[in-house]
Amino acid sequence: MQTFTLACVLLVLTYFGFRMGRGRALGLVGGKATRLHSLPGYYGYYVALWCGIPAFLMVAAWLTLEPTVLTMLTTSSLPADVQSLSKNELGLVLNDIRNLASGSAARANVSPDIVAAAERYATMRHLGFAAMAVVALAVAVAGLTFARTRVTPDMRARNRVEQTVRVILIASSTIAILTTVGIVLSLLFESLRFFEKIPATDFLFGLEWSPQTALRKDQVGSSGLFGAIPLFAGTLLISFIAMCVAAPVGLLSAIYMSEYAHSRVRAVAKPMLEVLAGIPTVVYGFFAALTVAPFFRDTGDLFGLSISSESALAAGVVMGVMIIPFVSSLSDDVINAVPQAMREGSYGLGATQSETIRRVILPAALPGIVGGLLLAVSRAIGETMIVVMAAGLAANLTANPFEAVTTVTVQIVTLLVGDQEFDSAKTLAAFALGLVLFCVTLALNVVALTVVNKYREQYE
Amino acid sequence: MDMTNVATEMTDAAPHLPSHGHSQAAGEPKFVTRGVTVHYGEKQALFGIDLDINTNEVTALIGPSGCGKSTYLRCLNRMNDTIPICRVGGSIELDGENILAKEVDVVHLRARVGMVFQKPNPFPKSIYENVCYGPRIHGIASGKDDLDEIVERSLERAGLWKEVKDRLMEPGTGLSGGQQQRLCIARAIAVDPEVILMDEPCSALDPIATAKIEELIDELRENYTIVIVTHSMQQAARVSQRTAFFHLGDLIEHGDTDQIFTKPKNEKTQDYITGRFG
Repeated sequence: MQTFTLACVLLVLTYFGFRMGRGRALGLVGGKATRLHSLPGYYGYYVALWCGIPAFLMVAAWLTLEPTVLTMLTTSSLPADVQSLSKNELGLVLNDIRNLASGSAARANVSPDIVAAAERYATMRHLGFAAMAVVALAVAVAGLTFARTRVTPDMRARNRVEQTVRVILIASSTIAILTTVGIVLSLLFESLRFFEKIPATDFLFGLEWSPQTALRKDQVGSSGLFGAIPLFAGTLLISFIAMCVAAPVGLLSAIYMSEYAHSRVRAVAKPMLEVLAGIPTVVYGFFAALTVAPFFRDTGDLFGLSISSESALAAGVVMGVMIIPFVSSLSDDVINAVPQAMREGSYGLGATQSETIRRVILPAALPGIVGGLLLAVSRAIGETMIVVMAAGLAANLTANPFEAVTTVTVQIVTLLVGDQEFDSAKTLAAFALGLVLFCVTLALNVVALTVVNKYREQYE
Repeated sequence: MDMTNVATEMTDAAPHLPSHGHSQAAGEPKFVTRGVTVHYGEKQALFGIDLDINTNEVTALIGPSGCGKSTYLRCLNRMNDTIPICRVGGSIELDGENILAKEVDVVHLRARVGMVFQKPNPFPKSIYENVCYGPRIHGIASGKDDLDEIVERSLERAGLWKEVKDRLMEPGTGLSGGQQQRLCIARAIAVDPEVILMDEPCSALDPIATAKIEELIDELRENYTIVIVTHSMQQAARVSQRTAFFHLGDLIEHGDTDQIFTKPKNEKTQDYITGRFG
């Protein structure tokens, strides 16, 4: 709350800086804006940036450093016997202190040392914040005054402001990239920890998946086997079924939309098809689990086939339906990118519409379509919600679509749901699975985008 | 005007000169068109065109941009069918048969009336596949040898055989602009049409390639009826026997090429061919 107030005050000050910079620039030239190097607004932004950025950086720096500094100070003031506790126990004591200081814990049954420490903690935090607020406001005012004296008619305010904008943009994109790098590195290191416990070859080539590790020696059914082949096989089977649905339906509907449909039909049908892409995957998930899977099971019974109620078929088919709009809109784009001159050339020779599509348009659009299909495959492999609900948990190694299989994503979810210790092989296995998933989808995306881009250049 | 001068010299040097000194004996009319109108949605593009196109002659359609000459040309093989908002009225008879009638199969019509477009548009396939595209879809060739022969004959007639005979399997898009356009002509010839429509076939080409195409058009006249839309008056004068001048969707004047270019009856024609407008 205090931080929020401080931020508001700083924002007001920044706005004030804008008005002041603009007013001063205009004042210096007697209101004749043409005699300024830049538009008056740029002088305003210039002063505002000098006022706002350093102050906000101060606040941000304090907010990140505060816990570390306070913890260090509190620890050093604790009695020696508490300080000599192990790292984990010390952490618990510090946690108590923090809770006491913020008033969210009862004071009863706590040693006076700790109460004293908590009081010191609270005072230090208030003092620290007050000091920071004063410094930040001082910095803002100083920046404002400094920038105001720099404002002259000849100053290149526009260039300075543009430069700052550039720096801000670079900083934003750096944050995005660094976050990605951070996630990948964390995946990588946690996976390495996993591979210290379970050899990578056992994980990648093992045929048995049974991730329950035994807590006691005599526990039953907890073999702790981490052979991921059944998961990969299950993922591939479901993705394959999904593509068997999505590829033909998506492609053919794209052909209809781009080549045959009347513009009025297209205007209605295309958005409707794209609504499919807007349905949350959770909805697809329970649709698969509650409607499609029982339907397949009952149909199977009619023909004397035994279809599991969590069959790979149901999950795959529903996933395929989910991907249809994806395939169809990507194919639609590449088909539309085939120049009209190709169609005219073909019609001019007396080809019919379907001959033109089969012999000219599809071959020309094929690389782009393949790229789109590969992107769709990577969507299918990474898809989670549908398979969590509709596919099973049993890691069967089978190619029979009527049986229950499980996928990489489903297992990641089940490994991490519930109370877990975060350094057991069981939880770390999720990171290893995530890493594999990441590598596969990344590779697919890279290949697909290369193919699509190569195709785009063809007619330029 | 440098470019056209070069082109003129090139054609002048060539042995097969279009004979625009005397008027050609007019052949039988191939196309008889009466009162042809075209609407694009609400907008009318052609206002009743009456024009005959004679067999084994080159008819040039000239006029300023947007005058409807390309629209008229595209009526002759019903290419306007591919534009949903386009409506064609009047009558167009090819050898006495009205091609605008509903029961006419455009696939057969377009096999009889081939088309070459403004920008060379070879398919992204090999040279060989480009040429045999038409024969394949019409089932003209009876076997591989037959197809080879058609490809060779068509490329030969389009004057391209010597240049490409060693690289028939290379993509047609790898040829130069002029070669691509001759490939498109070969592609049209391969289905053995009676008429070839050309929509500004040289506008994307350099003067030398243009001269080659013009020379080719003059040779093709022996076997085919040719209708060509052109923006270049010199080109119309060089390659055609008859010329029709379009303006704002109307046919202003038509007749023998040398008459149109030397003694136009209409003032607008006079103004256009002398470069006063357009």
